[in-house]
Amino acid sequence: MSKKDKNKLFNWGDDRSLFPENNPDGSIDIDLSSHKFVKVWHGPQHPGITGNMSLELTILGDEVMEGRTHVGYLHRGFEKLMERRKYIQCFPIVCRVAVPEPDFNEYCFASAMEELTGIDVPETAQWLRNLVLEMSRLQSFQMWIGGMAGALGSGIVGQWANYCRDSVLDRFEELTGGRIYHMYIIPGGVRGLLPDGFKQRMEQDLKMIESFMKDIETVMFNNAVFKKRTVGMGYIDPLWVDQFGITGPNARAAGVLRDVRIEYPYLKYEELNIEPVMGKDSDIYTRADVRRRELLQTIDLIRQILAKMPNDGDIRAKTPNVLHWKVPEGETYKRAECTRGEYGYYMVSDGSEYPRRINVRGPSYTHAVALLEKMIVNTNISDVAGLMVSLHTYPPEIER
Amino acid sequence: MSLGDTLKPFSAWKHLFKEPLSVKKPLTERPGADRYRGFHKNEIDKCIGCGTCEDICQNAAIDLVPVEGIDTKEGDSGLRPQIDYGRCCWCALCVDVCTTNSLTLSNEYTWIEEDADKFRFIPGADNKSWDHNEKGWKKPENNYEFYALERVEMQERHAEERVQSFIEIIKGYSKEKAQEEADRCVACGICTATCPAHMGIPEYIKAIREDDMEEGLRVLYETNPLPEICGRICTHKCETVCAVGHKGDPLSIRWLKRYIADQVSLDKYKEILGSDGIENNGKKIAIIGSGPAGLSAAHYLSLMGYSCTIFEKLPEPGGMMRYGIPEYRLPYDQIDKDIKYIESLGVKIQCNTDIGKDITLAQLEKDYDAVFAGTGLHLGRSTRIPGTEHENVYMAADLLREITMGKEIHVAEKIVVIGGGNVAMDITRSLARKQKEIYGKVQVITTSLESEDIMPADREEIVESREEGAIINPGWGPQSIEIQDGKVKGLHVTKCLSVFDESGRFSPKFDEAQKDFFEGDMVVESIGQGADMSYISEEYKDKLEYNERGRVVVNKEFQSSIPWLFLGGDIIQGPDVIHGIANGHKAAIGIDNFLRDK
Ligand SMILES: Cc1cc2nc3c(=O)[nH]c(=O)nc-3n(C[C@H](O)[C@H](O)[C@H](O)COP(=O)(O)OP(=O)(O)OC[C@H]3O[C@@H](n4cnc5c(N)ncnc54)[C@H](O)[C@@H]3O)c2cc1C
Ligand code: SF4
Ligand code: SF4
Repeated sequence: MSKKDKNKLFNWGDDRSLFPENNPDGSIDIDLSSHKFVKVWHGPQHPGITGNMSLELTILGDEVMEGRTHVGYLHRGFEKLMERRKYIQCFPIVCRVAVPEPDFNEYCFASAMEELTGIDVPETAQWLRNLVLEMSRLQSFQMWIGGMAGALGSGIVGQWANYCRDSVLDRFEELTGGRIYHMYIIPGGVRGLLPDGFKQRMEQDLKMIESFMKDIETVMFNNAVFKKRTVGMGYIDPLWVDQFGITGPNARAAGVLRDVRIEYPYLKYEELNIEPVMGKDSDIYTRADVRRRELLQTIDLIRQILAKMPNDGDIRAKTPNVLHWKVPEGETYKRAECTRGEYGYYMVSDGSEYPRRINVRGPSYTHAVALLEKMIVNTNISDVAGLMVSLHTYPPEIER
Repeated sequence: MSLGDTLKPFSAWKHLFKEPLSVKKPLTERPGADRYRGFHKNEIDKCIGCGTCEDICQNAAIDLVPVEGIDTKEGDSGLRPQIDYGRCCWCALCVDVCTTNSLTLSNEYTWIEEDADKFRFIPGADNKSWDHNEKGWKKPENNYEFYALERVEMQERHAEERVQSFIEIIKGYSKEKAQEEADRCVACGICTATCPAHMGIPEYIKAIREDDMEEGLRVLYETNPLPEICGRICTHKCETVCAVGHKGDPLSIRWLKRYIADQVSLDKYKEILGSDGIENNGKKIAIIGSGPAGLSAAHYLSLMGYSCTIFEKLPEPGGMMRYGIPEYRLPYDQIDKDIKYIESLGVKIQCNTDIGKDITLAQLEKDYDAVFAGTGLHLGRSTRIPGTEHENVYMAADLLREITMGKEIHVAEKIVVIGGGNVAMDITRSLARKQKEIYGKVQVITTSLESEDIMPADREEIVESREEGAIINPGWGPQSIEIQDGKVKGLHVTKCLSVFDESGRFSPKFDEAQKDFFEGDMVVESIGQGADMSYISEEYKDKLEYNERGRVVVNKEFQSSIPWLFLGGDIIQGPDVIHGIANGHKAAIGIDNFLRDK
């Protein structure tokens, strides 16, 4: 191999001549025996992977030729398990489907049961549900910011973001009795009113988070390294939004409005002032910025909710005895906007005490499997982690 | 991209001069929030071992286990929840569902142990440092309930209407209401343990929820062949211990039983219960008395293939259920329905036959393989105060019997009833109806030794008697009956201060200074009944054993020391219908055990 060729191998630049020819459908033929390609397992034990998932990458030089998403490391099968559990017994299960955002699972599960049974949730409980969904968004975005910064080498932002997240978890702890698995939105209502002084403590936290968000904006978003590695990278074509079923910030950063709270309002969103947070450039940077702005919007929403919600009232509707709650025969799909887009529960009841089928629609299935496998082709292996985090995926909700 | 993008990130350095953000647990204590779902606590004396916590736990982290120092008793299984922290996910559903609110979580969350087995523990019994920690998760308030606490209301006839006649007061549940009530059950089975007949209560309540009346009827008949009757007048010991009753109203177990029986018509019974074509084993059993004990024994014996003949002194079968309990509580057609089914199994009921007079016990011994006697308590007891010998002083049991028989009874314009139990309420209310019919108004005054708070009558009986116009004036000891010109004028009473002494023995104390006089042209005594055992002739009497109360001693299968003679019902245990039923059932098994190998 001449010196020139060697150079080419390690620095492709714009010269794609050594690349395999594309097939008419855009795919390439990967012939491992040609010794051009290397298989690399990115994850499941890899700091750049979001959780228990792995990417099977085929690389040529340091460019990814093909990526396959592998899940199955959690060994769970919650959807199946729920068919063997009474409805109330599914309640402690659903929060585990997407660990960082248990509340959307709790809400979708409960509201599906309530709709099929014909139960109206008391006003106070609806506000409290709305509150925890936004609190969940706040803490989850913090976790994501930490991950995004970390994937691109900035550890300090992760520290700050985690501190902010922890303060929200403190509030979760005093409201719901748990930091991670809140188990708060229970079929029929919620499990408690706001503790005394909650609003003041929440406000202190929000102020503190706002202050950190300013620092984060400066240190992360006005950062040459961050920009170099994100601007123009990981483009999502707006056309793909419907082709792939992309939702949430991933779609909105591409200029396509996908926000269940606005398009199909539930709980109290119609009574709240909420404008869609949109982007245009559809690259990693834009998606990050959409999330940053959405986080600030969440702070505003929490303030609106705390100002508007009643302080007292029933927290749970009269329901059938939970020990033998039979959900009338039927099926429904309930959705909510989580940090990553449309979260949904499809519930089928055969009229018995056990769910016939529960199917969880987590946005990660779309974003981390179908979409990622498409987007990962032709990226540099060092950008894989950043690309992946920019799609904001949670493997547990893929593997339900 | 600008120069700023290179320089600005360095502003992060300013945090160098700030307080670190991290928490130094365990160096700094960080208690869980007030509501934190930490380690379990259980008020072991409040817990009744119902196992509802075990039922709801989706992780199967809870097992109900025996605990030293906690005994099984009515309303308490004697077991307590043991929790396995290898399985628990701290959802606190067990706390929210706990029927007594005994189970809570502390806000403690660190526990270090070398032996993993230690993480399986019995909260409240195994002492833990957090046992007295006030903080932590408790069942939420603000109408947060996992099952309805209020009983579904039963439709009843209004006092105005019901005092006009002997029409049944309770109207029964509709299907919707019965299902709503059945839904409240937590299916713990504490009731089953307490019911003398150990009826499968959670199972038949489940059948109501599932709207499967056939299954419901089958469950009822496993242990109780008089469901229409018991569904109306059972003393419902089950309801007194119902776990749901700790936080709310106990289940209407009795009305639910009635609901099932009411739904199925008699002509379907045999098919549903699969009682056709039972092979006769050729053995004959004589049963004395057609009360619940005798009927129950006959029912279970005939299912086992025995030919049973019931001998009854009175014109119709049913014992005190027919001749004691008034029709407005238990209509005769409902008694008939239960009895007809038993007859359809081949049981012969020979009425107007007084054993001891018409047929001797010796004759029964000769003609039958075994004898069961459930002859009940039919002799009224008297206070024996001066004046009781007057012809216008009656025994409640006699009057009630005559009312059932349709006889003309003496009903005075003003009546005084002595007694504070349910029988006193029955005669009060029956006479009130008679007075209403004859005089257009009710003038009965009922008095008891016991003050109102300890009157043995059911609360609702007292309330309803009053609604119907009777005066219930408890807490007086009868002294004498005033008789002038040969006519009863009323009852002299003295204030009763207490009925029992410290050791709980009957020893009434009076305040002689407080006296009263209740006017009446007729007095009825209702202070209890005694047994007439004269059918057991001398030759047998000596062979029987008697206890200190003068009752015949029987073994667990109700067999006396004369091996072929079994006894049960009021003369042995009770007194109520369900004990009679339970005794009859056990005696049937006893008789079978006694005869099977002969
Ligand atoms: C007014 C009243 C109200 C009551 N209310 C209730 C109630 O609400 N709930 C409840 O659970 N219990 C109630 N009881 C009690 C209940 O009726 C009795 O406990 C139950 O009937 C006892 O059943 P038994 O089979 O032992 O006897 P009984 O029902 O008394 O039946 C005995 C039968 O044996 C017959 N007999 C007796 N001697 C002979 C003989 N020598 N030859 C032939 N036949 C004979 C009698 O005529 C009678 O029919 C009430 C009792 C009374 C008096
Ligand atoms: S539910 Fe409550 S009362 Fe029943 S066994 Fe469990 S802890 Fe005890
Ligand atoms: S907290 Fe939940 S998992 Fe733990 S024992 Fe109670 S019901 Fe079971």
